[in-house]
Amino acid sequence: MKTLRMLAVAVSLLLLAGACGQPDEIEPVEPPEDAPALDDPEAAEYDVFEAPAEEEAVEVFTWWTAGGEAEGLEAMVEVFADRYPEYTFVNAAVAGGAGTAARAVLASRLAAEDPPSSWQGHAGQELIGTYVVAGQLEPLNFLFEEEGWLEVFPDAIIPQISHEGNIYSVPVNIHRANILWYLPEQLDEFGVDVPTTWDEFFTVADELEAQGVIPLALGEQWTLMHLFETVLLGTMDVSTYDGLWDGSTDWGGPEVAEAIEVLDRVLDYTNPDAPTLSWDQATQLVIDGEAAFNIMGDWAAGYFGAQGLEPSAGGYGWAPVPGTDGVFQWLSDSFALPVNAHNREGAIAWLRVAGSREGQDAFNPIKGSIPARMDGDRSLYDDYLLSAMDDWESDELAGSLAHGTVASDAFKAEIDTALGLFLADRDGDTLQDELVNACEAAGPCE
Amino acid sequence: MVAPSAILIGIFVYGFIAWSLRVSMSDWQGLIPSYNFTGLDNFAHLLFNDRRFRVDIRNTAVFSVAFLGGATTLGLLLAIMLDRKLPAETFFRNVFLFPMAVSFIVTGVAWRWLMNPALGVRVSGLNLLFERLGLDFLINQWHMTSPPWGMAFVAIPALWQMSGFAMAIFLAGMRSIPEELREAARVDGASELQVYRRVILPLLRPAALSVVIILGHISLKIFDLIIALSGRQLALDVPAIYMWTTTFDANNFNRGAAIGILLLLSVAVLVVPYLWYARRQEAEL
Repeated sequence: MKTLRMLAVAVSLLLLAGACGQPDEIEPVEPPEDAPALDDPEAAEYDVFEAPAEEEAVEVFTWWTAGGEAEGLEAMVEVFADRYPEYTFVNAAVAGGAGTAARAVLASRLAAEDPPSSWQGHAGQELIGTYVVAGQLEPLNFLFEEEGWLEVFPDAIIPQISHEGNIYSVPVNIHRANILWYLPEQLDEFGVDVPTTWDEFFTVADELEAQGVIPLALGEQWTLMHLFETVLLGTMDVSTYDGLWDGSTDWGGPEVAEAIEVLDRVLDYTNPDAPTLSWDQATQLVIDGEAAFNIMGDWAAGYFGAQGLEPSAGGYGWAPVPGTDGVFQWLSDSFALPVNAHNREGAIAWLRVAGSREGQDAFNPIKGSIPARMDGDRSLYDDYLLSAMDDWESDELAGSLAHGTVASDAFKAEIDTALGLFLADRDGDTLQDELVNACEAAGPCE
Repeated sequence: MVAPSAILIGIFVYGFIAWSLRVSMSDWQGLIPSYNFTGLDNFAHLLFNDRRFRVDIRNTAVFSVAFLGGATTLGLLLAIMLDRKLPAETFFRNVFLFPMAVSFIVTGVAWRWLMNPALGVRVSGLNLLFERLGLDFLINQWHMTSPPWGMAFVAIPALWQMSGFAMAIFLAGMRSIPEELREAARVDGASELQVYRRVILPLLRPAALSVVIILGHISLKIFDLIIALSGRQLALDVPAIYMWTTTFDANNFNRGAAIGILLLLSVAVLVVPYLWYARRQEAEL
């Protein structure tokens, strides 16, 4: 009996020691038990490689686990392996929910002071509002100067990835949010033109509805926020829009009121089962001819391609969302350098590749996005991406809300809640009050 | 022999409850822990100022009523059927109990297909079945019915999964009722219906209480079923989902902890009186 008791005490002490001890070498990340977004294409598989224990390992944390994005990452890793053979790349990807699951794992690793060498995050406030203000990231100004990146990235994005004069991440790719997708042949059939203003859209939408066609395909709740950000941009000029995110434009003002009114009207022209569809199922409605238009970021181009459609007259067509001609609403995946990075030199080597022309041209044609640099090799990209590259150089730039460029996670979450409640009661005045409160509670209006 | 497990439970259950309580009364937002004492502010915000939390409470109430009401009724009916000494009783008992072995995630995904709310040419799942059978009046929007009634449809998969459990408890309760009591009632001229109404059901009260307590705490904490069934949308939001999103998407650790404590309290309100009651019963025996 006594020995048994001693044994039990010993075992429990061991358990305690195990629970409190810091892991001193890199460990493969466990998958979260409840990977929620089942409709997410990224949740399809879970990928992790065994970590070599040597000091040369560069462990990079991403949520690129599906289709084109995982292959794009591999292509960039090949460039890295050629250029820096002394380091071993360790892929610490966590699948699911456009990074939601990955962020929860990352938060727990940072709390345990065990950051990876580098991690993926949406460029802008998503990284700044969460990690920079918490003192978790190193400034990268030295790297931008050494590599001459200030000349090759557009001037307008530097302030958006900076905090108090310091640059904090290396943008790898650019996606465009404000695109209206359609099939040109189908529009001929319906006898309508592509609308360039919201007023034109409502006229076109009435004609489409009379023919039993859904004017605008919409998906689950985050696609509503995506729609809202393009409507905001389409009903005000870029400087007013930018002001929403630095506190100089009043959320209670007439510009936002107008945007809410347009959003309310647009919602009447969307499919009633929207909340149950993922973004790609909503895009599929356009391909199936049940809906005429879909507003989605340009990862939809990859989806059209996967369904066998080409960017041409017989395939799919695109235009800026009504009211946003000449404006490029952007978002970007980027890599950052954590404070106390494991193998800091190796991490910096990875960032050099991520910001290089060669690295970006390896990654982007496969992922279906354009390089953040303006000097990409144009022979590698398809017609849609070429048009996006032209616009990236010539258009005015505005950051995306739903994809982390202009608002911190906390602010974004409050806006998401307000929009979700609006979807249920469709009370525009309450929505505007809630947006004002959100800006005061979590945004720049404090 | 109980000391080690008491220590472990002390740390990993009660220690963490105490820590959550501390976080719920702090201003910790963002990645850096911050423990400035804010009293009951977070709770006051949730209960009086937060429209989303009010939606969550309403949704949980609708779901709980539908789920508990449905599971007790269905469970009781199934138990009475099996109690009639069916030929293949063991077979049916297992059939009704098996769904319980499946995780809520699996149930949610399967019913996501079955309860597909798309209409017109994209109609599928149960709606398609109804259409083919000419039962068009049954076609509906399922969990996409306008709030809060969509939440009642979420109870359908939960019922499919848990009614068998209620049945098992009720059946065990019925089998523990001495045969003499039924015999006596029949001798006194009671019909079979009256035997159930006047003799069996009153004696099943402890079993019914167990069912309500066990299913009740499941329905208060429901999370995985809804995520698998419908993803994240506010129309079907519940406290556990709000807790997850506000903690990990918005880094509001204090608000997440406050929701956790409120969930704990609501379950405690249900369970503690039951434990007290069970103890008293044991003492009487």
